[in-house]
Amino acid sequence: MVDVPYEATVDVPPAEVAEVELYHPKSWWTQYVFSQDAKVIAIQYSLTATAIGLVALVLSWLMRLQLGFPGTFSFIDASQYLQFITMHGMIMVIYLLTALFLGGFGNYLIPLMVGARDMVFPYVNMLSYWVYLLAVIVLASTFFVPGGPTGAGWTLYPPQAILSGTPGQDWGIILMLSSLILFIIGFTMGGLNYVVTVLQARTRGMTLMRLPLTVWGIFTATIMALLAFPALFVASVMMLFDRLLGTSFFMPALVEMGQQMKYGGGSPILFQHLFWFFGHPEVYIVALPAFGIVSDLISTHARKNIFGYRMMVWAIVAIGALSFIVWAHHMYVSGMHPHFGFFFATTTLIIAIPTAIKVYNWVLTLWRGDIHLTVPMLFALGFIITFVNGGLTGLFLGNVVVDVPLSDTMFVVAHFHMVMGVAPIMVVLGAIYHWYPKVTGRMLDDWMGKFHFWVTFLGAYLIFFPMHYLGLLGVPRRYHDIGEAAFITPSVHTLNAFMSVVALIVGLAQMVFLFNLVWSYFKGRPSGGNPWRATTLEWQTPETPPGHGNWGKELPVVYRWAYDYSVPGAKEDFIPQNQPPTTRAIQGAAT
Amino acid sequence: MAETALTTPGQSPVRTAGLKGVAADWSSDQRAFKNVSWGKAMMWIFLLSDTFIFSCFLLSYMTARMSTTVPWPNPSEVFALTIGGQHIPLILIAIMTFVLISSSGTMAMAVNFGYRRDRVKTAVLMLVTAALGATFVGMQAFEWTKLIQEGVRPWENPWGAAQFGSSFFMITGFHGTHVTIGVIFLIAIARKVWRGDFDVERRGFFTSRKGNYEIVEITGLYWHFVDLVWVFIFAFFYLW
Repeated sequence: MVDVPYEATVDVPPAEVAEVELYHPKSWWTQYVFSQDAKVIAIQYSLTATAIGLVALVLSWLMRLQLGFPGTFSFIDASQYLQFITMHGMIMVIYLLTALFLGGFGNYLIPLMVGARDMVFPYVNMLSYWVYLLAVIVLASTFFVPGGPTGAGWTLYPPQAILSGTPGQDWGIILMLSSLILFIIGFTMGGLNYVVTVLQARTRGMTLMRLPLTVWGIFTATIMALLAFPALFVASVMMLFDRLLGTSFFMPALVEMGQQMKYGGGSPILFQHLFWFFGHPEVYIVALPAFGIVSDLISTHARKNIFGYRMMVWAIVAIGALSFIVWAHHMYVSGMHPHFGFFFATTTLIIAIPTAIKVYNWVLTLWRGDIHLTVPMLFALGFIITFVNGGLTGLFLGNVVVDVPLSDTMFVVAHFHMVMGVAPIMVVLGAIYHWYPKVTGRMLDDWMGKFHFWVTFLGAYLIFFPMHYLGLLGVPRRYHDIGEAAFITPSVHTLNAFMSVVALIVGLAQMVFLFNLVWSYFKGRPSGGNPWRATTLEWQTPETPPGHGNWGKELPVVYRWAYDYSVPGAKEDFIPQNQPPTTRAIQGAAT
Repeated sequence: MAETALTTPGQSPVRTAGLKGVAADWSSDQRAFKNVSWGKAMMWIFLLSDTFIFSCFLLSYMTARMSTTVPWPNPSEVFALTIGGQHIPLILIAIMTFVLISSSGTMAMAVNFGYRRDRVKTAVLMLVTAALGATFVGMQAFEWTKLIQEGVRPWENPWGAAQFGSSFFMITGFHGTHVTIGVIFLIAIARKVWRGDFDVERRGFFTSRKGNYEIVEITGLYWHFVDLVWVFIFAFFYLW
């Protein structure tokens, strides 16, 4: 082997396609409002998702007030309580997390990280946001219609979802289903863009196996969403017909208020299958982008290459594929053949293998790394711990015999809040602290950030750890007032009050974060182009924030993977992906 | 859309065939599907997603049909017409299927002439395709009208399980919407072809991108998909 001077033209293939001219905004409106620039669309998505997310946060306060101090707040009656849980769940899962990870981070990071100037179809991408906004407006409007929003629970199980005993039967459920249909249409337009951009619009030298894991996570999640949302779309259309036209897709023969209803012959279980065929992949649609982002955060802030990159990629793909054959583990108590329970329990537990690979690889990346306890790193560490905790309770719930007594108790609530509530939110927050400098050119305030992290992290545990105990006692979920019963010990009431107080404090800490976002935009320390000394392409843009078209005149050329941190012999402890090697080794050229 | 299929400046055209070629393409940079344009890739992925929508519709219908305790109306009887004193089962559906499959043929010819840059023939064939599609939708409207007059409603029908009407209107309605959207797209693209937009590389109104004849093929992909879906609906709803 011998080292010879490196020639870029030899190792990096020439461009395969001519550059596509971008749409150039002609006015303020087309630059900032009806913008076709993925970066602007990303910010629009993020702000809309955050705004509706704040509504869901306030709803969680109201629920906690009722649970912690039952009877004290007369303005929260049982119907409203059900409406609050429904809207809280739906907003958080779909309109906040899905939209923020895919529409927000996806739009901002995919073109920058793969070295493209924009998404492949910017006009369709713009439409995606506006349809999403319409879906959010329709959803929010249910608070103001007669009867209020639906109180069917976020799973919208029929038949109760459209019966008159459920709050929001008038308008709420109709608008909720319409909003979901709109969301899916809007998401599909964006999702097609993300997938095609990753597959077909990478820059020279950017192979799939050189993509940062963030892109892998978002890419796989988007494909999953394109295949899982159709089931929700179909379920929503059918339930809308059941409600509006009086069809009986999901409605069995029923007697309501002593009256035989005109429904008959439908299958409520069919809805559950459709819903969870969407619903379970949805968990990973939220989790996979989080997995990807957290890998990049850990590698960057521990100044070490990600451990087992290829395994990380294949684990993401495997989790994505497996998540389509586990859905009925949400339906153990709905009644099904024991063999199906066995099958779905087995597939569910098999997912633990690729997931464990990921967790081990994160820990091994940290091992003997040069760990900088920056705010993004704190959130990344918080994520790993929380995700492991939430995942372990998943092992309980994945087994049929253990799940049956725990079903519909607070244990389930605690489990999914840990694993798909707190854990992804940790990543969202860490990612915002990480990429805010690229978006605005200023650093977020460190002190406020650390305060925000510790209150959120510790608070989340103070809220959700006791909730597991409540669940094991048998305290049911979705109850407005659990009242007095033999199995409800005095400690349940004490803990409920305690959790409520903590929830309010954690919620208030998020206000500090929002203040930080605004304050730092004007007063934050200027960050420069690459404050974290990171390798990936988005930090190598000629301008910060990146300008229209991202890259100036020349597209970047990629020579290496995304994780060249602390390379022995290198001048700096990071080598950007677009930095050519000075020499290259040629096999057999010596002697 | 300025980049087209089969343009690979500077790239050696030699590609490994078979599985090795696929592996080579996927481990290369820039594009996983060589010679596939953005638009075509996007349409394929959209169709994959749409496949899931129709699959869910059909599976739900089959679940309802298999689990109902009331008899399911016999489609051969329901969709029979009496023409000239002859009672012919499924005749209208047979004609509709024939029309739609024929439109796939004219569409394929349009794509062929598009790549030969034969402006007039492409546009005419696309319009013929659109006309066949519109005929299909028209016959579907006739079928709907007939059934509605006979008392079929989404919530009930005179012959048996209520889910018959629900599934029928929902599935054929959703498919008919797809055909209608296809007809509108065909007419819009045919107009562009006729006007010569793709010869002068006129820019799109909204996207300001230059179009080319590949859009004919992409529209064709969608059209063939809608036809294929109809074959499944025909098999599972009418023939079962």
